[in-house]
Amino acid sequence: MSDPVIRINKMNKWFGNFHVLRDINLNVAAGEKIVICGPSGSGKSTLIRCINRLEAHQEGEIEVEGITLDGSLKNLEDIRSNVGMVFQQFNLFPHMTVLENCTLSPIWVQQKPKAEAEKLARELLARVRIPDQADKYPGQLSGGQQQRVAIARALCMNPRIMLFDEPTSALDPEMIKEVLDVMVELAEEGMTMLCVTHEMGFARQVADRVIFMDEGEIVEENAPEAFFSNPKNERTQLFLSQVL
Amino acid sequence: MTGFTPTPARPAPANTVGFVGWARENLFATKLDSLLTVLAITLILYVIKVVFGWAVIDASFSGSDRTACLKDVQGACWPFIEAKFGQFIYGRYPDAERWRVDLVFAAGLIGLVPMLMPNVGHKRANMIFLLGFYPVFAFIMLTGGVLGLAAVDTTDWGGLLVTLVVAVTGIVASLPLGILLALGRRSDLPIVRALCIGFIEIFRGVPLITVLFMASVMLPLFLPDGVNFDKLVRCLIGVALFSSAYMAEVVRGGLQAIPKGQYEAAAALGLSYWKTTRLIILPQALKLVIPGIVNTFIGLFKDTTLVLIVGLFDLLGIVQLHFTDASWATPETHITGYVFAGAVFWLFCFAMSRYSIFMENHLSTDRNGS
Repeated sequence: MSDPVIRINKMNKWFGNFHVLRDINLNVAAGEKIVICGPSGSGKSTLIRCINRLEAHQEGEIEVEGITLDGSLKNLEDIRSNVGMVFQQFNLFPHMTVLENCTLSPIWVQQKPKAEAEKLARELLARVRIPDQADKYPGQLSGGQQQRVAIARALCMNPRIMLFDEPTSALDPEMIKEVLDVMVELAEEGMTMLCVTHEMGFARQVADRVIFMDEGEIVEENAPEAFFSNPKNERTQLFLSQVL
Repeated sequence: MTGFTPTPARPAPANTVGFVGWARENLFATKLDSLLTVLAITLILYVIKVVFGWAVIDASFSGSDRTACLKDVQGACWPFIEAKFGQFIYGRYPDAERWRVDLVFAAGLIGLVPMLMPNVGHKRANMIFLLGFYPVFAFIMLTGGVLGLAAVDTTDWGGLLVTLVVAVTGIVASLPLGILLALGRRSDLPIVRALCIGFIEIFRGVPLITVLFMASVMLPLFLPDGVNFDKLVRCLIGVALFSSAYMAEVVRGGLQAIPKGQYEAAAALGLSYWKTTRLIILPQALKLVIPGIVNTFIGLFKDTTLVLIVGLFDLLGIVQLHFTDASWATPETHITGYVFAGAVFWLFCFAMSRYSIFMENHLSTDRNGS
């Protein structure tokens, strides 16, 4: 394994007195695709939200591309411009057109000229297969289209790592596939990806490693074949028997 | 195999479409509806008859003193308004200098109208004109004393001029101040938050009259001898601070309606607090509370009449002042004056209200709205 781009060492996090993440150790290599699954409340969303510090951890270290995540604003800005995030509820900005959503960060954070940012945004919208929706508002699009805009918006920062927080959980069944197709494509292009998802088909198809979490701990991690066919831990077996 | 021939469409029954259909559905749907409709129409006709009779049929339209308004059946005494019109608009602003006020009004209109029309471009230049150049221009023109303009003391200002100066200053100052106070009240910094809460709760808990009294009577007591600034300026500051406290609470309502996901998405894109606030949060929050903002503006506009109690004569104050003029003492003078003042206030407030509805529709980005 090459040098890890994400290094999490003995990380602990509490919400008030509630110990939500316990001694998390995780290294992610460049280009690796990791699927994180587990029952609700197991801390999987919190884990990936710690990687771009939407949540602050209290103990241990998180290093992203060699930059340590601490309270420093400078470090935080560097990390956030290298890490794209896609949310369960899309979180598009409803008062801006699709194109404006996508060019926001390139223009205001990366200080790119508007024309260049728009060109990039249109390319990426074409890549997620909605090139003709650029001038609409998010409220005029379907859920699947909105989530693909959210992916394009994150990609516009030209990130080296992408975090997906249950990207298909809020979608109608027939729209899940169009989002997963885009994610599979992205994976094939070599993006480093961490996905919290219950789409086991997607995990089998693209994941290099599947991580199972429960009660704030990593219970088991393995290559997808071994993970699904031969889970070692009883808790994992129980979970898989319920979702598969 | 059987072929399918669509049944030809028939016209809808005559009594369900057009005016008859509309009236049946909306005015005479049930017996009670019909009764209410008849009663309401009777009432409307009666009110129109009374108002029209007073304002037009029985009214006097010309004359130079009270004798014009002493008919047996006397309606409105419009010559009173005509004779005092200059006073109502400018107060005791010297006749020879009133063109300066007109110029300020005209420049304000020229700056404001294109600003309010979303399709007219050059908003940035327009904004610089309105918020940068215009206040300086208005100040120089109205007070004078430089560039060869005769100085006009603010104690000579009055009427609509004072109403507009107080209202416009209050409106322009209260929105940014209110936004800052609302952001401060939601800040993570405890001292900033405490200061903002303190300010808002004190000004909201005190009547405007008290604020104005404090500004005009109490404040000079605390200032050293010889240091004194204009009474109108003190009132302007009082009104601006008072209305910004209300505005802050309106804006806070909008801020609280923005989902947490919007902050998180902005953070994940690397936007700083101020960029997030300016580009993501405020545009959405302010749009949500347009009705509340305009409500505060309208309230503020009407509250300007309270400057009367510290000796400034706004439109209503100056109208009342002229009731004491013996040469216009008629039974109808008061009501004519009040109707006139009311109509002017109503015109401004109604315009603000209609504009806010227009803006709400214009800014809507929903599926059906845009």
